[in-house]
Amino acid sequence: MANIETIANEPAPGSAVSGIDQSAGNFRYEEKHDFDAGTGLTERTVDYISAVKKEAPWIKDFRLAALKTFLARPLPTHWATRDLENINFDKIRYYLSNGQKPKRTWDEVPDDIKRTFERLGIPEQERKFLAGVEAQFDSEAAYSNIKEAVSKQGVIFVNSTEGLREHPEIFRKWFGKVIPTGDNKFSALNSAVFSGGSFIYVPPGVKVSHPLQAYFRINAENFGQFERTLIIADEGSEVTYMEGCTAPKFSTTTLHSAVVELVALKGAKIQYITVQNWSSNVFNLVTKRGLAHEEAEIKWIDCNIGSRLTMKYPGVVLKGRKARGEVVSIALANDGQHQDTGAKMIHAADETTSNIIAKSISVGQGRSTYRGVVHIPRHLKGCRNNTECDALLINTNSRTDTYPAITVRGSANSVQHEASVSKVSDEQIFYMRQRGLTEAQAMSLSVNGFINDLTRQFPMEYSVELKRLIDLEMEGSVG
Amino acid sequence: MSSLEIKNLHVSIGAKEIIKGLTLTIGAGEVHALMGPNGTGKSTLSKAIAGHPDYTVTQGDVLLDGKSILKMEPDERARAGIFLAFQYPSEIPGVSIANFIRSAVQAKLGEGEELDASGYYKRLYEKMDLLKIDRKFTSRAVNDGFSGGEKKRCEILQMAMLAPKFALMDETDSGLDIDALRIVSEGVNQLRGPGLGILLITHYQRLLDYIVPDKVHVMWDGRIVREGDKSLALELEAKGYDWVKKEFATA
Repeated sequence: MANIETIANEPAPGSAVSGIDQSAGNFRYEEKHDFDAGTGLTERTVDYISAVKKEAPWIKDFRLAALKTFLARPLPTHWATRDLENINFDKIRYYLSNGQKPKRTWDEVPDDIKRTFERLGIPEQERKFLAGVEAQFDSEAAYSNIKEAVSKQGVIFVNSTEGLREHPEIFRKWFGKVIPTGDNKFSALNSAVFSGGSFIYVPPGVKVSHPLQAYFRINAENFGQFERTLIIADEGSEVTYMEGCTAPKFSTTTLHSAVVELVALKGAKIQYITVQNWSSNVFNLVTKRGLAHEEAEIKWIDCNIGSRLTMKYPGVVLKGRKARGEVVSIALANDGQHQDTGAKMIHAADETTSNIIAKSISVGQGRSTYRGVVHIPRHLKGCRNNTECDALLINTNSRTDTYPAITVRGSANSVQHEASVSKVSDEQIFYMRQRGLTEAQAMSLSVNGFINDLTRQFPMEYSVELKRLIDLEMEGSVG
Repeated sequence: MSSLEIKNLHVSIGAKEIIKGLTLTIGAGEVHALMGPNGTGKSTLSKAIAGHPDYTVTQGDVLLDGKSILKMEPDERARAGIFLAFQYPSEIPGVSIANFIRSAVQAKLGEGEELDASGYYKRLYEKMDLLKIDRKFTSRAVNDGFSGGEKKRCEILQMAMLAPKFALMDETDSGLDIDALRIVSEGVNQLRGPGLGILLITHYQRLLDYIVPDKVHVMWDGRIVREGDKSLALELEAKGYDWVKKEFATA
């Protein structure tokens, strides 16, 4: 037996780094040397992961080159928070195989977590997975139904390991092309040790009627630390992908660093929906970008709740004429949390349009930061961008910052930028309490009202879950 | 029978005493008008009864059906049957009137009781018909970009749906043109009945042409200085508030 992980939700008092101290806590794994990459990150770790996955040499080379980049790059603390320095890369376990399963009983799960599951209406079986009692959530049946239904249309929907092994001719062309290894330190880290995530290919003209959900593939490593997702929508095809769920994910790991690449070929449409609710010990450092060819559309709907620090700026490179990109983002930062989110729109062809709507909510001492990049070079014509970012502060000690960077050259393009900061006023809360709502209910209603125009774009079940989740967050925020 | 008793009430904002020993009892179904010049403490009284955190009761008591409500939270007072129609109602962007009222009606239900949605909408539409409010109105966000008249009608609709025992109507006539005043007053008259007591706070007599009170109280400098029937309001209208001030100052 070895203790390798903490399940602490909050860092222990007086220790800023206890949230990521992987040597403490009561999450137990059985030692099993065959599938153990150990802690820390060296070439041996990468060799090991590649060997376990029986990868082709080109993938292993890709990983090793990425490792060099990762080690050479400094942390981006010249613009990002210094909290990143609290990540101890030597103590992280970069690969856990299927052979290792957590041993923890339902009785050991804290009561407040159980209560949260109940309030969110999470089915019994899923609760155990989410609480870390079971390593896998057995939804194989649901997943294979979906997989079977879409495979009739020629859609490939598999995990990344299988995708690289079985369909290299499709994936190699795009893998690591939208987000090159060296894009940033964490994309390099992911490229070195990635495991899990989805690979999806939609053939030309195929419109996938049901959203593909990672939720159905939880058992296929989807919630891994370093998942890697690549979705390719061939010409004229359409697909919607949903990842995550509003249930708090009580992560067995404290560093989550995913890379998601989307490729929409001519006239294709991809919609990627994320709703994530990490426990407050997690560093969630994710790179997401799409490449939109001529007349293609890529839309990111990104909802971030929880975590200690989230850094995520979904982007679209508008490569073909009349391509369209959109980011709709909601971030909620509660006490001790920092949501550093935003969007990137890189216009690289004429008549491309992009739209960014970002709303953040800061509760208590929570902090939210918006960073946006809109780039339209001089030689382009007829490009348009609309950016709207609104922040809502719940308490006087809440904090929000906005860092928009808009580079527009030439006179044949147009941009609009609107930003607002509002506060839930005491008078507004009193007004609602006078109608019989408790303080928490009043705050929750204000917050839901603030994001209402965005949540309407969510699939029904997600918006209902999100509302319940906000109710819970607000309950905890009033004394 | 319901009653709202205000007994020797003293209320301060910070260190400044605004209400200086006010006594007033409203019986079930009665309509009392509270009149007085600006700055005399009329709005302070209504906010203090509703439990606004900025107002401190330093002495006296407020009893609803014989029980003190002063230790209750604002939302508990509301659920117990106190309704305040605000002079300046807050905006709640993104929250529709229908959704807001629904949350408030739901909050009045007991733990584990779920509001019947179709029954709720049926009742909402009945009340809207009664108050002559357009169906489209309730899909708008609460008070967001509303005219003065729309805000007041929104308050009356909430009052109708929450069916309080006592409503404190704070300057409901302010900011209304004559047509809006008539519409809002008709609404209040529709709701008038043995189950609803009303404290009608107003500066002007004109509201009382539409909503005829059972009793009229005149307030000055944190106290009630004159009481009578509706003829007192007319007398005030004729003589003006200076009359009260002079009379009270010499008394």
